[in-house]
Amino acid sequence: MTGRTPVLSVRGLSVRFLMPGGRGVAAVTDAHFDVAGGECLALIGESGCGKSVLASALLGLLPGNAQTAGAALLGDLDLLAADERTLARTVRGRLVGLVPQSPAAHLTPVRTIRSQLEETVAELTGVRGRTALRAAAEKAAARAAFPADHLDRHPHELSGGLAQRAATALALVGDAPLLLADEPTTGLDRDLVDRTVDELRRHVDTAHDVDKADSADKADSADDADNAENAGNTAGRRDRALLMITHDLAAAERVADRIAVMYAGRIVELTRAADFFGAPGPRHPYSRGLLDALPDRAFTPIPGLPPELGALPGGCAFAARCDRASDACAVQPPLTGTAACHHPHAALTEAADRA
Amino acid sequence: MLELRTVTAGYTRGAPVFRDVTLTVAPGEAVGLLGPSGCGKSTLARVAALLHRPDAGTLVVDGTPVRQWRHRAPRERRTAFGVVFQQARLSADPRLTLADLIAEPLRATGRRADAAVRVAELAATAGLTTDLLTRRPHEVSDGQLQRACVARALVLRPRWLVCDEMTAMLDASTTAALVRVVEDYRTATGAGLLAVGHDRVLLDRWCDRTVEWDALTRPRPEAATSGPPGTNKDRRDN
Repeated sequence: MTGRTPVLSVRGLSVRFLMPGGRGVAAVTDAHFDVAGGECLALIGESGCGKSVLASALLGLLPGNAQTAGAALLGDLDLLAADERTLARTVRGRLVGLVPQSPAAHLTPVRTIRSQLEETVAELTGVRGRTALRAAAEKAAARAAFPADHLDRHPHELSGGLAQRAATALALVGDAPLLLADEPTTGLDRDLVDRTVDELRRHVDTAHDVDKADSADKADSADDADNAENAGNTAGRRDRALLMITHDLAAAERVADRIAVMYAGRIVELTRAADFFGAPGPRHPYSRGLLDALPDRAFTPIPGLPPELGALPGGCAFAARCDRASDACAVQPPLTGTAACHHPHAALTEAADRA
Repeated sequence: MLELRTVTAGYTRGAPVFRDVTLTVAPGEAVGLLGPSGCGKSTLARVAALLHRPDAGTLVVDGTPVRQWRHRAPRERRTAFGVVFQQARLSADPRLTLADLIAEPLRATGRRADAAVRVAELAATAGLTTDLLTRRPHEVSDGQLQRACVARALVLRPRWLVCDEMTAMLDASTTAALVRVVEDYRTATGAGLLAVGHDRVLLDRWCDRTVEWDALTRPRPEAATSGPPGTNKDRRDN
């Protein structure tokens, strides 16, 4: 099996912020990953580790003092090299649908959900005419399970869960091949978290099932960037991929096929969700630490604080907090296999090596 | 004892957020209050921390019914409570450095002299490094700011802690670290805790017993104080 077509292929993405006084902040360093059609990749890590900057980079929403390097390929288009006109007219909403962190803040407070949906439908699709727009907006709401009798409400009249669905409905209007969810569950209670991520998952699965039937080997080897062309433009067009950025490990476990762990701007582990949360478990000591902090596991915090992105130590950034650190950690470890670490935990099964 | 007796509270006359809630926290006890978003549990936490006057019912703190609320409450009563809110950003004065933020309750109660020592002590307890103490809230992460807010809540050595969704915005490691800070403080001082949240796994692990919001508001007062059979610690392995 050659693996499924990557919808998004990130190659060596780095983001630096230039600060006054010539200081540099290395928010993202040399990130490599693919997200395939029908797949959900969860990017996890502590707050301030660079996750959201990565999302902003993919949408061309970085502030003016940011410098990027590397490539983020969506089909033939490099999102990092695209100009604002391309980003505005073909990328945002059309190729990349954003499910925002705080739907209540993302929605326009003075307009009803219906009016915002109709505007988005008119902007992103060919639907014209009052009646047609109204019908299309209602259909869009239904796709995200937003109740039709709440369409005429303003954002402040909605619960957190319904506001989330409204935001999801807006993100789905353009039928973008990549859904980018940036902390979609922050502040929601557990039931709502489960419902929200299940719905996101459904949008990935639905699009996928239409076109392909190989769901058995989910996320098996999505690393081949070479097949982007053959299956990609016909059937693969409708294969939706989900990149979910979150610090909620339970949410990630619930929906993700693969997990990317980010620490101090670098992806330190990239592995299958089943291996990560089950046996053999994560290999990077930081990932282990995150899991051990969960209240249904050891509930033990990782000692210390993450380093400043403006003053990263040389070598492995996690070494100062790591009980396995040695002199070797003075050198930056490359991502070999699934983890970037000089002393990874053992990969007990072959499965972990394959992933 | 911290006793809420048939408390009704809300923000609009005639439309209370909840009615007739009874809940008791014993000294040294940790009670988790579990409820979905928007059920009124934060309002209850505010009542329990003297921050919101209820429409009816009584709050009894250490045997004395509370008659004055917020800034009108006597100082020794007010300072018996430490409160941590969900949104550190909204509960931190953006103009203060983290050191000043932690010291603010000392200043407000005329104990400025203790400030330097206590701030250094608590910063270490909460896991804040000294270089962070000179920064303002916009220069630190959510997790670092919440660490400072927890230190601020402990600075007056309160007998009662009220934590309203203290960890809802935080990652797993910071959550575990801050729960440990609160628990170490309670072990050392015997303070009681009311922890409000919507994460059952967390509250079950953290608290001695977890009370469901529904059990408090249903017309069965006995369910409110007894909690589920067996405490959380019995249900765990240790």
